[in-house]
Amino acid sequence: MKFTCLSKGGGFHFPPCHMLNFCGFRILFDCPVDLSALTIFSPVPTGFDSFPDEESCDFEFVTEKRQKVEKPLGANSLIRAEPWYKTVKSLHLWNISQIDVILISSPMGMLGLPFLTRMKGFSSKVYVTEASARLGQLMMDDLVSMHVEFRQFYGCEDSGFPQWLRHEELELLPPELREVVLGKDGTELGGWMPLYSAADVKDCMQKSHKLKYAEEVYYNGILAIKAFSSGLEIGSCNWIINAPKRDIVYISSSTFVSAHAMTFNYCALQGINTIIYSDFSSLRVMGDVEDENNYFPQTADKLSSLSNDCSSQELAESSLNMDEHLEEREKLGFICSCALECVKAGGSVLVPTNRLGTLLQLLEQISALLESSAMEVSIYIISSVADELLAFLNVIPEWLCKQRQERLFSGEQLFAHVELIRRKKLHVVPAVHSSKLLTNWQEPCIVFSPHWTMRFGPVVHLLRRWCGNPNSLLILEDGFDPKLALLPFEPIAMKVLQCVFPSGLKLQKVEPLIKTLLPKIVLFPEDLKPQISLSNAKSFSVFHYTEDDTLHVPCQKDSSVFEIATDLASQFHWKKLMQENFNISRLKGELSIDHGKYHLLVGKEQGSSSKHSSLLHWGSPDVQKLLAALSKMGINGSLEQGISDTESETVHVVHVQDYKGLIKVGTRSTVISAADESLASLIFEAVDSVLDGI
Amino acid sequence: MAIDSLILGAGQEVGKSCVVVTINGKRIMFDCGMHMGYLDHRRYPDFSLISKSGDFDNALTCVIITHFHLDHVGALPYFTEVCGYRGPIYMTYPTKALAPLMLEDYRKVMVDRRGEEEQFSSDHIAECMKKVIAVDLKQTVQVDNDLQIRAYYAGHVLGAAMFHAKVGDTEMVYTGDYNMTPDRHLGAAQIDRLRLDLLITESTYATTIRDSKYGREREFLKVVHKCVSGGGKVLIPTFALGRAQELCILLDDYWERMNLKVPIYFSAGLTIQANMYYKMLISWTSQKIKETYSTHNAFDFKNVHDFERSLMDAPGPCVLFATPGMLSGGFSLEVFKHWAPSERNLVTLPGYCVAGTVGHKLMSGKPTKIDLDKDTQIDVRCQIHQLAFSPHTDAKGIMDLVKFLSPKHVILVHGEKPKMVSLKERIHSELGIMCYDPANNDTVSIPSTHYVKAGASDTFIQGCSNPNFKFYRNSAGDSDLNDKNFMQDVQVKDERVIEGVIVKEKSQKAKVVHQDELLVMLGENRHELQFAYCCPVQIIDLKEMKSTYLNSRNSMLCLSENFSWLQVLQWRLSDEIPEGNIQSYGEHLQIESFHVSLCLKDSCPYRVQDNHQNRMKSMFFCCIWSAPDEKLARKILSIMEKLNLSKI
Ligand SMILES: [Zn+2]
Ligand SMILES: [Zn+2]
Ligand SMILES: [Zn+2]
Repeated sequence: MKFTCLSKGGGFHFPPCHMLNFCGFRILFDCPVDLSALTIFSPVPTGFDSFPDEESCDFEFVTEKRQKVEKPLGANSLIRAEPWYKTVKSLHLWNISQIDVILISSPMGMLGLPFLTRMKGFSSKVYVTEASARLGQLMMDDLVSMHVEFRQFYGCEDSGFPQWLRHEELELLPPELREVVLGKDGTELGGWMPLYSAADVKDCMQKSHKLKYAEEVYYNGILAIKAFSSGLEIGSCNWIINAPKRDIVYISSSTFVSAHAMTFNYCALQGINTIIYSDFSSLRVMGDVEDENNYFPQTADKLSSLSNDCSSQELAESSLNMDEHLEEREKLGFICSCALECVKAGGSVLVPTNRLGTLLQLLEQISALLESSAMEVSIYIISSVADELLAFLNVIPEWLCKQRQERLFSGEQLFAHVELIRRKKLHVVPAVHSSKLLTNWQEPCIVFSPHWTMRFGPVVHLLRRWCGNPNSLLILEDGFDPKLALLPFEPIAMKVLQCVFPSGLKLQKVEPLIKTLLPKIVLFPEDLKPQISLSNAKSFSVFHYTEDDTLHVPCQKDSSVFEIATDLASQFHWKKLMQENFNISRLKGELSIDHGKYHLLVGKEQGSSSKHSSLLHWGSPDVQKLLAALSKMGINGSLEQGISDTESETVHVVHVQDYKGLIKVGTRSTVISAADESLASLIFEAVDSVLDGI
Repeated sequence: MAIDSLILGAGQEVGKSCVVVTINGKRIMFDCGMHMGYLDHRRYPDFSLISKSGDFDNALTCVIITHFHLDHVGALPYFTEVCGYRGPIYMTYPTKALAPLMLEDYRKVMVDRRGEEEQFSSDHIAECMKKVIAVDLKQTVQVDNDLQIRAYYAGHVLGAAMFHAKVGDTEMVYTGDYNMTPDRHLGAAQIDRLRLDLLITESTYATTIRDSKYGREREFLKVVHKCVSGGGKVLIPTFALGRAQELCILLDDYWERMNLKVPIYFSAGLTIQANMYYKMLISWTSQKIKETYSTHNAFDFKNVHDFERSLMDAPGPCVLFATPGMLSGGFSLEVFKHWAPSERNLVTLPGYCVAGTVGHKLMSGKPTKIDLDKDTQIDVRCQIHQLAFSPHTDAKGIMDLVKFLSPKHVILVHGEKPKMVSLKERIHSELGIMCYDPANNDTVSIPSTHYVKAGASDTFIQGCSNPNFKFYRNSAGDSDLNDKNFMQDVQVKDERVIEGVIVKEKSQKAKVVHQDELLVMLGENRHELQFAYCCPVQIIDLKEMKSTYLNSRNSMLCLSENFSWLQVLQWRLSDEIPEGNIQSYGEHLQIESFHVSLCLKDSCPYRVQDNHQNRMKSMFFCCIWSAPDEKLARKILSIMEKLNLSKI
């Protein structure tokens, strides 16, 4: 088995990406895009003209010739061109047609998939949970539709390689931006791609095979593949791959606590031979709530540790989870109270989030808080796919956490937004210029809208409108540099709150989890070694992997398992060998490879043959024993004396039935000669009886 | 080992479905239904047959419920809350959501209308449902280390599933009720090709073959339309879930198209509430409804309103859906009492009504009076229309499913005895599959498969790596091409004949190896065992040959001295055995392992001396071959001995 980490990713929106060579198949885990790299581009440069109470738009997109001589990084340093997208660069070094299987673990891990499926020679089988597929599709559709604004402004320059990617131009970029383009080691230029089209997305969806929760599918009959919830997002999952020689579990970023998605099902992963641990999120441990103005206290991570011998039950219900749950609620409560303060002061709240969990919870809590404080403030969700997204969320109880499922069983709507829309507290519109928004727009208000990079989508327009207002509030996700992200909107007077939401397992839970799962082999990121040392574990061996290096993992089982039908097994003619303790039998049957197993069945034209003569012999016959065997059959044989033949091989010649037949017995071979067929077969029987054979 | 199926209900009848199957020590109860036709102890399965002591937790591994109909789930609260079963219960998400509605509806009918002592309370239902583990379609559920179950789409009603259970190498499917054709709101049943020992299938329509359902739908719409345009009232007695939604989609759509303004009512809040469940569970409906839900949810009925009791005697036409179905009591019966005496009105009845219900009485003959009880008699003058479409598969569907799954044994349940007998015979004679139709409280025992496990060496696996893929359509059922959802990928199966050697070393696991590997394992050298024979072949005069031989050969071949005797032999042999693949290597010819060369030795050990001097001229050909080709070799030799070789 060979494992190559192609990218360790970066946070919630950019999951890791790996290649696995296993059982003769090449398997790719996830196909993400590093959207945070979009921040090197200037935001969509359209004005704000559609709003009713238009103030003078002070944004200038005049393309003055930039002279970049080590100027400090400013709004003008950003690249003014239609953006390209940064994919995993090492992925393109692989021959796309040789990837057999692609496993998509989350909607985020799907965003780069159309880059592959649109390539010539693409023939991989893509497996993705039905929920990830739908959410991923909506996210991609949204990307494509937001990107249109860039196209409209810059025009369609189909000239192929863009100006800004040319060497001369890159030289002029400030070092901060150049590093984003080229990567730390300067090798990432090849990962940049122009965005796919809506047709590419459609095609990609058609090439994806959608899976139900824990549905077992078989690739080529022999790899059994199953997805179990990881808790991170609706539809996100961990994979179990069963093959005759090894079982693998792939653990993507997972969480025990979720207020929307079905939580991490780790029980199903127990007892699997090999773990590929691919949750890098604990690398990015930061303060929980950060604020530009720094007037909020930081919530320190509670670093309590779990005892090592914790049982699986404890793992899920450990006090740590309660803490995590509590922390989450505190955090959300805090954000909601900030939002409330803000609208009370007449400012608006802008939430550019693409994390469904955050969006849904904030939506429910803020609306509840507004209601309890008797505030009449409109909430908007502005996105080209919001309608479909919200409709979808209400019809997938199978992928939601227990509390949400309970709502189904008690006949309530799964999420509060259905009721909020009905009561006209929440307005869902496709774009800032849609008439539905213009007719009921009221400030102050609370707006949820993509995109979190603040480079395109409705958020750009609203941010320009509110960034100068000190009463307004911007709530950001983590996973990117807020300074670079906000650069084009400087100076910023509005309050900014950046929040860290869990993107994977907490550091202190990793080791207890792995021990609970009882693996034999663990593939673990080298980068996490300083924080999590698994090396003192006795029950399993650890292989550490690093980005762009191929790890060879030795095989454990030395043979695959055959399952032989009893009716076939009963036909075996067992033969005890002269040598040692061996029993052997010839075996012939119909091999059927399905459901991940080798089955051996009685073939169609196969009768149970009663007589069975050996086809393969070994050892050397004893001539005296042979003569005895012949005479037992009533055949007389006489040994021709003293004939020794070529090549140091001793050869005895036995004449049978008065020269009607002859046996030439050597150490390595025996020749039987007789004109009469039945005599020949009798002699054969005799020789067979003094040799080992099968 | 064996699979034992104890039929606790639905044996040669419809009602109280309940089968307890024991597979290799695991015991699964499939369905826990009640019989609507009985009011005494016969309404429930006889649970004492599972455990005399009543220790059901130890007697059963799990309970599986296929769908929310009462004949499949009706006894569950009684079994868990009164009998005390506390083990795991599995059903699909929709069944878990909708079963309590059915149970509650039934409980109310029993208690409120019939004044019966209640068998279980609302709390019982709630407590019971808390114990249920909801599963998704195709989700592989590991009940314990040995038992694995999986649900497959069954059509029939929302959330109905067939269940596959696997213990070790033994596999079976229990279908529950299913429909092999899609209807207005559900898709057709769909299942993988499996290697089954046992299939337990419903057989409600064991002998019926149905034609297109569109004709039957049109007929229904026609009578309803005719009734309301004549100012009449239409009563559709139905259970809250299932048929109500299907007919409602049908009517709502028709009302839109025909621009009808006649109100459609639902009797209680119940069905309106049920529609909300349907909206959230839209992914369990048909492909067409799923595709459109984000723009229009098919369960948002535009023309449907709540019914007020005061409307019962209001003038003017209307359509009313009222519970319960089959007019077994409750509100639908009350409305029936008011509307039945007018010939302008219409009552629709389902295709199947349990004996003892008013519905059943109406279906048998054309009664003009119905005695409700001693004091109440109803004049029946209204029209009666029997719905001819059913959510059950017909006989063709059952046969298709059985053929598709090709199990080793079939047990028929949930049907009427005479029809089941004829289906049983068909399955046996047409498909060659053992089939049973046990009565209630019978046990059917069938043998179970299991496999002997053996390791296989890498060389051996590689040796069998020339795939021989076979493709199967993945789903059984009517190929309704519009319903893409159930036309899933074909299933790939890889079948090939392989040969090898199985080796069992003392106290070690058996291992399958290639025969060449065996010698390495044993540390032995191969001993070649061959046959040899030096064969005399006659040579005749060349002139004679010209006429006999050249005529038969292709004239392009010109024989001359330049050709060796071996070549001449090759040509003659290829005439005699055209199927043999004769290879020429100059010095020798080869057919499989049979190796022949000209023998010029004076005395060859493989020459049998006695019978060759009677001929004038003979050539000798030395032949050597190995044991597996003995038959072929003797055939060639006999040909050679009869040959006359010659050349120009
Ligand atoms: Zn049913
Ligand atoms: Zn039934
Ligand atoms: Zn010879």
